[in-house]
Amino acid sequence: MSKQAQHWEKTRGLLMITLAIWFVFSIGIFLFGAQMNEYTGPFGYPLTYWFTCQGSLGIFVILIFWFANRQEKIDEEFGFSERGED
Amino acid sequence: MIKGNFIDNLPKVYGIYTGGFLAFIIIMAIGEQMGMSAKLIGICFVAFTVFIYAIIGWLSRTAQADAYYVAGRQVPTVFNGMATAADWMSGASFVAMAGGIYFKGYGYMALLVGWTGGYVLVASLLAPYLRKFGCYTVPDFIGTRYGGNLARLCAVIVLTVASFTYVTAQINATGTIASVALDIPFQYAVYIGLVSILLCSMLGGMRGVTWTQVAQYIVLIVAYLLPVFWISNKIGAGFFPHFMLADEVARIADLEQQFGFVANSKENLALVPKGLAGITKAHSEVNATPWKFISLAICMMAGTASLPHVMMRYFTTPSVKAARKSVGWSLFFIFLLYSSAPMLATLSKLSLMDPSLPTGIIGKSIADVQAIDWYQNWNAANLMFVSDFNGNGTLELNEFFMGGKAVVLATPEIAGLPYVISGLVAAGGMAAAMSTADGLILAIANAISHDVYYKIIDPKAETAKRLVVARVLLVVIGFAGATIAAMEIQGILGSVIWAFDFAMSGLFFPLVLGVWWKRANREGAIAGMALGLITGTAYLVYLEAYNGAEILGIGQATFGIVGATVSLVAMVVVSLLTSEPNAATQRMVDEVRIPSGRTILGKQ
Repeated sequence: MSKQAQHWEKTRGLLMITLAIWFVFSIGIFLFGAQMNEYTGPFGYPLTYWFTCQGSLGIFVILIFWFANRQEKIDEEFGFSERGED
Repeated sequence: MIKGNFIDNLPKVYGIYTGGFLAFIIIMAIGEQMGMSAKLIGICFVAFTVFIYAIIGWLSRTAQADAYYVAGRQVPTVFNGMATAADWMSGASFVAMAGGIYFKGYGYMALLVGWTGGYVLVASLLAPYLRKFGCYTVPDFIGTRYGGNLARLCAVIVLTVASFTYVTAQINATGTIASVALDIPFQYAVYIGLVSILLCSMLGGMRGVTWTQVAQYIVLIVAYLLPVFWISNKIGAGFFPHFMLADEVARIADLEQQFGFVANSKENLALVPKGLAGITKAHSEVNATPWKFISLAICMMAGTASLPHVMMRYFTTPSVKAARKSVGWSLFFIFLLYSSAPMLATLSKLSLMDPSLPTGIIGKSIADVQAIDWYQNWNAANLMFVSDFNGNGTLELNEFFMGGKAVVLATPEIAGLPYVISGLVAAGGMAAAMSTADGLILAIANAISHDVYYKIIDPKAETAKRLVVARVLLVVIGFAGATIAAMEIQGILGSVIWAFDFAMSGLFFPLVLGVWWKRANREGAIAGMALGLITGTAYLVYLEAYNGAEILGIGQATFGIVGATVSLVAMVVVSLLTSEPNAATQRMVDEVRIPSGRTILGKQ
């Protein structure tokens, strides 16, 4: 397999993981919104309420930075990263 | 100041700017103590900030296509994040979001999840690849990837429909704030708003918009967070509201139980001025079915990833790597405001509902409430209303009505904050609406000037001529938007949510599959864009104009699900029925997928 094909395979793998996490916190947990809200979440807020006003939002921020770092590592591994800094 | 090593000096320049802005707030506060009138403070806030944006716009003037369309591709990650956050957060986010949460609770908060979750799609599926492509506009990507003028034109049409739906609402918001703050009739204020918007974008294009948006973000975030923290401290809810309002949320749930949600009769509701609502839904309970919540979130997420005025911000970063990181920063800066909106809604509701607070009005006598100063002001502005429906002389929970905007605009006054805060909030709302309007008008004008005029009509046009066309279009589109906004048919045209559904219907799959599916070809993309937009629009017309029954629980706010599904099916089927893209196109897709090397368009 060519270098480029391997790079793309790894990139696709990372995409799948990223989208899986994204799916859980944007769609998955809200299938059980009513049940989850019975529990107390961080800082004492009802759990579903906390996810809608802080939890999911914050997880998305962290997820994007994590994704960007992982993708950079993949690019470097195959020598496809850009020279120069951001 | 803007030339030479301006980029290196950015933290310093904006540091001084922020310090200057804070100093201005303090001067206004002193002015208030010394007897400056509320009206004058409002005028000063709006005029001063708009004047600063105009200066930035003038300093950013340019005659180069690269600077005009993509700010010279040298906007650093963090600053692009701020600019995107301002671009993204509209007048609606700033003024209406807390109100939506206040009245509708959980069902409305699907928008918070959707408008943030969409950035994960932007970062992982699109932004870095479109940056590598090196295009000026989103239709530029569609036109080059799929080839042919028809594909390009379809993308321009979808972009224009979605963005124009959005922009009239923004110009309307600038007009509303300008008319309140400067005390002039709305019909004229709309055009003052428009001129302010054009001052930022006309001379410098994307470069001017970028640096004004950063300045506008600073104003809007200060204007949003300062009152939230202040009120929270003032009523003793906690010095850091985001982590400390659990007791208040629980207290609201108790009060809701105590007061009860009494349904008003139709005759009584007919007395309430239009646009005002009462508290009818529990603050922190789950009050929507999973599908209702999830379908709305899906539409907002896919719409976020397809709205061109957001995507084009990532064309301005210096590298692909920077584009990815920049999406993270954008969402961080958006998170600062979005996570505060539910806190503001909580504080606002508690201030009004809790009888143990001096500001609480529920349970007081109607005559007392009607005698309060702020009640009279906001009642006169048609944003508040009380009526003794049951005739017992006290104000019940179901007898108090408020407009959605009042949660942000009136809460500082209700909580007893000085007027300087209300002036600041007006400047923040103006900044939010202006920055989004600028991004949208520029997205439309650039698509028409670059993709229709330069790429289709006159490919030999010189840079100077192209930029004249771009600027004329900017003014024309701005005036068209302002004229529609001045007609005040906002309820019909101004739905921000529809813009997301339109964009998602026509552009989501053609963009994503352009990168992720090599087999996607021109015929498929054209079918996807055209059929997606047409079906989505047809479904909306069926619901709205013919009062059709909702299919599978898909309503007017989520019609994008219908459009996007049709778009996906059409695109896949037509692509597979027609021949695969030629070798050159396939090589181009391979190139897009790796960050290193020159941009695709830079090679041509």
